[in-house]
Amino acid sequence: MTHTAVRAEPRSAAGPPRKVGRLPRAAVHHPWWFALPAIVVFAGFFLVPNLLNFYYPFTDWSSYHADIAFTGLDNFRTIADDGSLLRAIRTTLLYALLAALFQNGFGLGLALLLEADSRFNRFFRAVFFLPVLISALATGYVFQALLNQDGAVNSVLGTDVPWLGSTTWTLIVVTLIHGWKWMGLSMLIYLAGLKGIPGDMLEAARMDGAGPWRTFWSVRWPMLAPAVTFNVTTALIGSMNTFDIVQATTGGGPAASTEVFNIYMFRIFGQGLYAQASAMSLVLFLVVVAVAIPLVVGLRRREQLL
Amino acid sequence: MNPSVAWRYGRPALVLLLAGLAVGVPLWLVAVTSAKPQAEAIRPNLDLPRHWQPADNYADAVSQGEMLRGFFNSLLVVLPSVVLVLLLGAGAAWVFARRKSKLVSAAYALCISGLLLPPAVITIVMELRQLGLSNTRPGMIAVYTGMYLSTSIFFMTGFIRAIPLELEEAARMDGARPSRIFWRIVLPLLRPVIATATIMVMLYAWSDVFYAFFVLGGGERATLPLNLYQVASAQLYLDNWHLVFAYVVVMSLPMVAVFLVGQRKIVSGITSGAVK
Repeated sequence: MTHTAVRAEPRSAAGPPRKVGRLPRAAVHHPWWFALPAIVVFAGFFLVPNLLNFYYPFTDWSSYHADIAFTGLDNFRTIADDGSLLRAIRTTLLYALLAALFQNGFGLGLALLLEADSRFNRFFRAVFFLPVLISALATGYVFQALLNQDGAVNSVLGTDVPWLGSTTWTLIVVTLIHGWKWMGLSMLIYLAGLKGIPGDMLEAARMDGAGPWRTFWSVRWPMLAPAVTFNVTTALIGSMNTFDIVQATTGGGPAASTEVFNIYMFRIFGQGLYAQASAMSLVLFLVVVAVAIPLVVGLRRREQLL
Repeated sequence: MNPSVAWRYGRPALVLLLAGLAVGVPLWLVAVTSAKPQAEAIRPNLDLPRHWQPADNYADAVSQGEMLRGFFNSLLVVLPSVVLVLLLGAGAAWVFARRKSKLVSAAYALCISGLLLPPAVITIVMELRQLGLSNTRPGMIAVYTGMYLSTSIFFMTGFIRAIPLELEEAARMDGARPSRIFWRIVLPLLRPVIATATIMVMLYAWSDVFYAFFVLGGGERATLPLNLYQVASAQLYLDNWHLVFAYVVVMSLPMVAVFLVGQRKIVSGITSGAVK
């Protein structure tokens, strides 16, 4: 007997397409009006604002005068000239990359550590899921109390490190906090991925003499591809929309070194410069689209290859 | 030592160490600080309080942070949003999963675009003002519903596609109309996804402060996270970590309770929905 088929067979195209004959009756059995309320609410409160977001950045909408006039690229020129545009793009992308890295690294590590289905492991899975249940704003305050210069960590270690006061390192500290907050969710999804690997496949690898490392890299890691796709996509996209943790720990500082898009929009909106905030919001939209589409396509293709 | 033996004893020790450091220390800090008088809490540390006054702190957090009002404000926007996301999402998912045409696929693609696209928060404010919905609960509910519909439609459509059509056909033979089939067959079958979607939407909406800032502002209708932000922002003058953490504890308890009650369903729902 040979056990060489370690990798999954590529999925063959599912069943014969013979549903065409049913189409006319579909309208009776699954009427459109069931979908209508959802479409109306989604279009009205999600798509329309996003469409408006392609107009208002080119106006002078603000709290200082009642009328709104078209002003072309003025807002974009302003945010480009004062350097906030490039800084927000760079900070947000770096934040998203690091946060996704930490969240997935911690999550996968915990999943491998707590993989077996024992009572001990089930309890500690719940423990590591706790940070997901605590609001991100609260998480931020907890870590501010821990990492402040006269906070708990420095008092325990007897050090005087400005964890949240460095223009270079604080961004990394904040992304570590982000990873901590969401690692429980990634862990659950990786656990599901690990559980979905057929036992006989692992058995086959062991019979072939593969050790734990070799099994991980040749069998489990490729089989985890769908979980990786889901986790990396949601983590990257989600963390580009980050606000609470940054606001609660640094407020965008020191010296705007952690000022991601949403912090900037919040600050500028508070000053009444609505159109300028809207311009930044449009840039965020474009950046997310530019990251998301190649990411989803690429990760899907990777799933097929592995 | 044999590596598998080292793993057998080393792994639980490592789990305990990590849980203690990564989760235990932050929670301990919250718990002890919320029981300290202000003078001890100014420089947060891990020591036990020398003077215990948890009752005073929690009472202060409730009164100074407008906690009861915030609690009801949160409930009044979060619960309707969750119900709408689930009901509207299920209706749309049913149609999207069962009908096959170019138009349906296009509508489906559009409706799940919110999985990736960010909500345009600034122009949401503009639109709500024009509709007379800014600073109102219906406005906030509409925004949350719009934001989370994509997620529920996506997961529910995938789920319904896996339900055999024969179940619906049998009911149809007995003369059931579409609305009856939806209520009696489709919705009950969706229960596992509904459990997961409920906790996820609840979690996001309960903790949201960013969108609530723009839509509700800090006034009468402020939710719990908005109040927490105000308590913590007063920090600049007062240094009241003891109140902040008392607030954090009370605000987090409902979500922890929901999780403990529905733990098994939530875990299986999250894991079955994501990796398909």
